[in-house]
Amino acid sequence: MTHQVVPVRAYVAVFLALIILTITTVVVSRIELGEYNFIVAITIAVIKAVLVILFFMHVKQSSSMTKLFVGAGFFWMAILLVFILSDYFSRGWLPGATWWRS
Amino acid sequence: MWAAPSRWGWLNLLTPKGLFAHDTYNKLFTMHGIIMVFFFLVPSIPATLGNFLVPPMVGARDLAFPRINLLSWYIYIVGGIFAITAIVRGGVDTGWTFYAPFSSTYSNTHVILAAIGVFVSGFSSILTGLNFIVTVHKMRAPGMTWSRLPLFVWAHYATSLIQVLGTPVIAITIVLLGMERVLHAGIFDPALGGDPILFQHLFWFYSHPAVYIMILPGMGVISEIVACFSRKSIFGYGFVAFSSVAIAVLGFLVWGHHLFVAGQSMYASMVFSFISFLVAVPSAIKVFNWTATMYRGSVSYDTPMLYAFGFIGLFTIGGLTGLFLATMAVDVHVTDTYFVIAHFHYVMVGGMVMAYLGGVHFWFPKITGRLYPEGWAKFAALVVFVGFNLTFFPQFVLGYLGMPRRYAAYADEFQILNVMSTAGASILGVGYLIPMIYLAWAWRYGPKSPQNPWGAKGLEWEQSPTPPPTFNFDVPPVMNEPAYNYSGEEKEVEIGR
Repeated sequence: MTHQVVPVRAYVAVFLALIILTITTVVVSRIELGEYNFIVAITIAVIKAVLVILFFMHVKQSSSMTKLFVGAGFFWMAILLVFILSDYFSRGWLPGATWWRS
Repeated sequence: MWAAPSRWGWLNLLTPKGLFAHDTYNKLFTMHGIIMVFFFLVPSIPATLGNFLVPPMVGARDLAFPRINLLSWYIYIVGGIFAITAIVRGGVDTGWTFYAPFSSTYSNTHVILAAIGVFVSGFSSILTGLNFIVTVHKMRAPGMTWSRLPLFVWAHYATSLIQVLGTPVIAITIVLLGMERVLHAGIFDPALGGDPILFQHLFWFYSHPAVYIMILPGMGVISEIVACFSRKSIFGYGFVAFSSVAIAVLGFLVWGHHLFVAGQSMYASMVFSFISFLVAVPSAIKVFNWTATMYRGSVSYDTPMLYAFGFIGLFTIGGLTGLFLATMAVDVHVTDTYFVIAHFHYVMVGGMVMAYLGGVHFWFPKITGRLYPEGWAKFAALVVFVGFNLTFFPQFVLGYLGMPRRYAAYADEFQILNVMSTAGASILGVGYLIPMIYLAWAWRYGPKSPQNPWGAKGLEWEQSPTPPPTFNFDVPPVMNEPAYNYSGEEKEVEIGR
């Protein structure tokens, strides 16, 4: 199996991006955005994770099979979240009297 | 040995008032569950038969990562030490499910020690799964295509997918439990702002698929045994192979059926109920295909096949009663009763342990190079079957009549059925003891086995000498015929060799 050589400047660029995003996280946390604080923090965290997975963990240069398995990991996490949230979101749907509140 | 706490438990239920102090009984059934689920059923077939047989079955000299394999053994031992320490220091009383907030806030027992044991042993499971996946993808011998893989390997591949995708979630759940218990972070305990149903979601996201981690390797064993002792290739090979993967995938979408009465949304419950019915389809495909394989086959009744018969019958009862439990209205009636206990013991013991014993007998000559005494083995298989049914069938009735699980005492009218169950457990214990004795004897003193005593198909039986040396094959084997070629189809001509 051959490995593509990743230029050092690519690693430096990713490293700088991670640092900048970390600083952004800290700065944004000090600004009052209400519920958007959470959304911004999570978005930045996801971007950082993707950068680490693609470049530092070499998934970008890996085979399709490796990418499939990485994708499966995230897909399974999505299953967990979607099904749990389907419970939480639909708990109030039942119309009229319920057995616990009649 | 690890089933012992359950024996004490059944002894306790000999009389309506119970023989042990109630908190002792709580600790007994908890440790029984933790040890049997996390330290026996999950690793049993993959870590023993799987580690030994997957490499020769695919024509490899060893697993892809032998050192990681050894590491997974060490990790298992470390996890086991934590769990045993929890027992020695006084035990745990939460039930193997560690439900919060009892486990995170109220229990005064060694929850953290036991939880660390489960957490650590999970990594052992993940590494085993990782090793099998890479081995099956990368180490197959020439000619060993996916459509020629033994169904034992297919089953282990599907199991490995669950181990790798599911186990991290139980690890995270245990960490969160520890954070709440030690740091009082409000995650599951309503008094701290948490949600106890969230724990059940996270716990069962792993622990329901874990049922398939336990049973799928057993199904792989049964496929091998049924084909060999029917002298026929497996009926519907492709369906049996893909049904393993279908069980692995669908198994991740049904966990909510454990939460029907926990306060889960009715709409979510309906979806989980429906998908739980779907997962019965691939399981039924396997049972029907094994039966069709036997149909007009040249069936012989050697010990492994007796266990396979036991598996097919008992797993079918266990599986069908699972559909009762997946039905929301029926589940309300029988949830947390002995009906549930009977159901999952029919799957786990009647299914998985039967398959494990069948597999141990089937491959014993390959693993040790010795033959076991067939008469004793058949007798033990019969004792196990009778003991098992006498233990667990009365529990279906007990549960339906309303006897709750996890209570040290019960109403007087349940005594006859409980005495039957305790008697059956004693017979079952003898049934397990007999193979322990004659297999240990045969390992040393049994007559030498020929290379392939059953006339079975598969690269592991073509490999010589028996028992195999450390690296299985001196020369890489070539697979040049279909899997389970008992009908004797022509082997492919090898061009250029």
